[in-house]
Amino acid sequence: MQLDARIPSGPIEKAWDKCRFEMKLVNPANKRKHEIIVVGSGLAGGSGAATLAELGYHVKCFCFQDSPRRAHSIAAQGGINAAKNYQNDGDSIYRLFYDTVKGGDFRAREANVYRLAQISVNIIDQCVAQGVPFAREYGGMLANRSFGGAQVSRTFYARGQTGQQLLLGAYQALERQVDAGRVRMFPRTEMLDLVVIDGRARGIVTRDLVSGAIECHTADAVVLGTGGYGNVYYLSTNAKGSNCTAIWRAYRRGAAFANPCFTQIHPTCIPVSGHYQSKLTLMSESLRNDGRIWVPLNKGDKRPANEIPENERDYYLERRYPSFGNLVPRDVASRNTKAVCDDGRGVGEHGLGVYLDFSDAIRRLGIEKIRERYGNLFEMYQRITDEDPYRVPMRIYPAIHYTMGGLWVDYQLMSTIPGLFVVGEANFSDHGANRLGASALMQGLSDGYFIIPYTIGDYLASDRLEKVDPGDAAFTAAREDVARRTRALLEAKGTRTVDSFHRELGKLVWDYCGMSRNAAGLTQAIGKIRELRAEYWRNVKVNGAGEEINQSLEKAGRVADFFELAELMCTDALSRNESCGAHFREEYQTPDGEALRDDENFSFVAAWEYTGECQAPKLHQELLAFEHVHPSQRSYK
Amino acid sequence: MRLILHIWRQRERNARGRMERYEARDLNPDMSMLEALDVLNEQLILASEDPVAFEHDCREGICGSCGFVINGRAHGPLAKTTVCQLTLRHFKDGQELYLEPWRARAFPVLRDLIVDRSPVDRIIAAGGYISVRAGSAPDGNAIPVRKEDAERAMDAAACIGCGACIAACPNASASLFTGAKITHLGLLPQGQPERQTRAMRMVVQMNLEGFGQCTNIGECEAVCPKGIRLEVIARMNRDFLRARWTGSGQP
Repeated sequence: MQLDARIPSGPIEKAWDKCRFEMKLVNPANKRKHEIIVVGSGLAGGSGAATLAELGYHVKCFCFQDSPRRAHSIAAQGGINAAKNYQNDGDSIYRLFYDTVKGGDFRAREANVYRLAQISVNIIDQCVAQGVPFAREYGGMLANRSFGGAQVSRTFYARGQTGQQLLLGAYQALERQVDAGRVRMFPRTEMLDLVVIDGRARGIVTRDLVSGAIECHTADAVVLGTGGYGNVYYLSTNAKGSNCTAIWRAYRRGAAFANPCFTQIHPTCIPVSGHYQSKLTLMSESLRNDGRIWVPLNKGDKRPANEIPENERDYYLERRYPSFGNLVPRDVASRNTKAVCDDGRGVGEHGLGVYLDFSDAIRRLGIEKIRERYGNLFEMYQRITDEDPYRVPMRIYPAIHYTMGGLWVDYQLMSTIPGLFVVGEANFSDHGANRLGASALMQGLSDGYFIIPYTIGDYLASDRLEKVDPGDAAFTAAREDVARRTRALLEAKGTRTVDSFHRELGKLVWDYCGMSRNAAGLTQAIGKIRELRAEYWRNVKVNGAGEEINQSLEKAGRVADFFELAELMCTDALSRNESCGAHFREEYQTPDGEALRDDENFSFVAAWEYTGECQAPKLHQELLAFEHVHPSQRSYK
Repeated sequence: MRLILHIWRQRERNARGRMERYEARDLNPDMSMLEALDVLNEQLILASEDPVAFEHDCREGICGSCGFVINGRAHGPLAKTTVCQLTLRHFKDGQELYLEPWRARAFPVLRDLIVDRSPVDRIIAAGGYISVRAGSAPDGNAIPVRKEDAERAMDAAACIGCGACIAACPNASASLFTGAKITHLGLLPQGQPERQTRAMRMVVQMNLEGFGQCTNIGECEAVCPKGIRLEVIARMNRDFLRARWTGSGQP
């Protein structure tokens, strides 16, 4: 396997222009002769499918939900960044680029991030034109707010439902193409394998989640926009259905998996309340704009929050990071929260929580202003916890939220399998070791609306592709593989449910490969994951048949892949002997407990190649060059 | 805590369904209704029975996947709350609940509590968009939008497409859903060029899908988890009538 990032030469400001100019074009009359598969209908997949269809390609778009509008992008709350500088506060493309590279702790590819910052401005224009009801000022202009990790106001938002509104914009564009006959939508259809012929991605194998039929679909190019793998932890802020199966199957077919251990723990989630809990709920990071985070100064102080006087409170983020305060990046906020809780100063029943307090903001701005800004988030909090955040501080604790790792892609968003493109959270490209708030929506839409529509054309125009048929040997073999796996899960007829395995796996990964990691723990975790995985295939209990709606079977296939991914995450975390961004190795920290990077030895993307069932994966390194933003210890003090 | 759950069980679209009685034990008042079903399903699986099929995804009340009728009310007794956010603290220990799928001719049951809601996607496909190609948009601030309009558009755009309005309507009308999209786009300057065509095409599609007519009963507004207001139906009717008058978007 050879990693060639295909980064254009010359000045970074011109790289994307140059790249676009050098791309080959597909004649408009020929576009309709090409069929492209897009798996996933979220911000990246949905916008990509719609835009490719606008250009004239035939698109088949797949999602496991009943409608493309349900993709998990819909749950993003806070906002989307763009270097518009509408606030005249000193923002620029270069500053957004700088903040993102620095926020990613110098483990992202500079050229990709620069392009992302450039395209950010087009995204806002596109979404406004689609009718996304962004927040407005009284004069009718777009409003902005600030977000963690930045000192300018560049975040555009639609109340606390920005992801929903952006996704509905992409979904509507997609449905318009469905109506025009250029997109065929396959809802309730899950991709279970990738088909590679002559070294190129030529199709997928799917299961119809209603009839259970296993089917083959051919294409000239395949795009995966299937999201992240945070559900490997079982408890996460991801939707219950979010899974790694599509990217994992692609990995097993030869696509390199990059930086799997870079997983983001979001600092502001509602704490776990009991063992039955099925998922965690995020409270938007935007709350940190006005909320102040604190814990009691003294261990074991069990008084209610309002009885703890000001001088016995520790506003630990404001204390340690005076210049960024409560707006430090997510990894820093999460780690500090863990530290104060480990110190015995956490609040709530289990001591795994800290206060997010709005009383000062309510005094300063009035309750109405706070209601206007965060009303729906406060309601959501109250609904879940039965506590009124206008009167008592919220309790929050970090939870897994986003995965920066994903399939390796080059500058054109193509994986190591020619013809397989990966967009949005499913790829690894832009966020390095830590993603800044309001950057995920930006990346998803940038990839979908403005990057793959060009780069796929270049791929299709560069080579002649032979015709393939669903009856070809490679398709038949992949189909049989899928059928065999499905049968194995149904026939194990063991004594434990899929969920019970998933919970146990999730706890292992959280304990050993979560907010902080160490070599001994990771080594132990790999052994335990292997044992549990072996038990899984022997002892899992999935009732029902394959030829019907069978939700246990769907989950069982996804959890089977999570086992393999969990092991790769630990392997990656173990081999990265440094701390950077969200990857905190306890052995590598500064005297005051900050992450200690090792740029000399680890300034690379770790791209793992699959080498076979139960074989050690092979590490390839893509060295990162920082010509514009010089690596320094990130300081938010 | 424990609940007696009577749940609609139906193997597939064409099979006969029936209500089955279950006792869900070891529940906790902080659980959501869906977590209670998770607990019941774990019991059923271990007893080698088929678990109850129900749709869900984000469990934060935003994706619109979940939804069923609890004791005759879509999404259950709590206003502006989807079943994934409905905690058991709103029920009494030992209470009997009747869980049924959305009932509407246009929403056939696929299994247990799962129905086919694809007709509402087709209503959007008929015109629930602004036609703008990627790359052709002017600067975001080129067209100012009055704050009140943006806010009201956002109120209507908050629809999650769950289908509760349709299930609650005695006529199984999709007017609240359709009106919400027509209102969202019709309030914005960007939505004006296609405003009448959009209303005409979406209303025609709604009728083709077999949804009933709106008779202003207001059950839809009462169950909507996102608080979409009845006035969106009035706006839909106004835009539709204007389109008929001018002949816009006629099939």
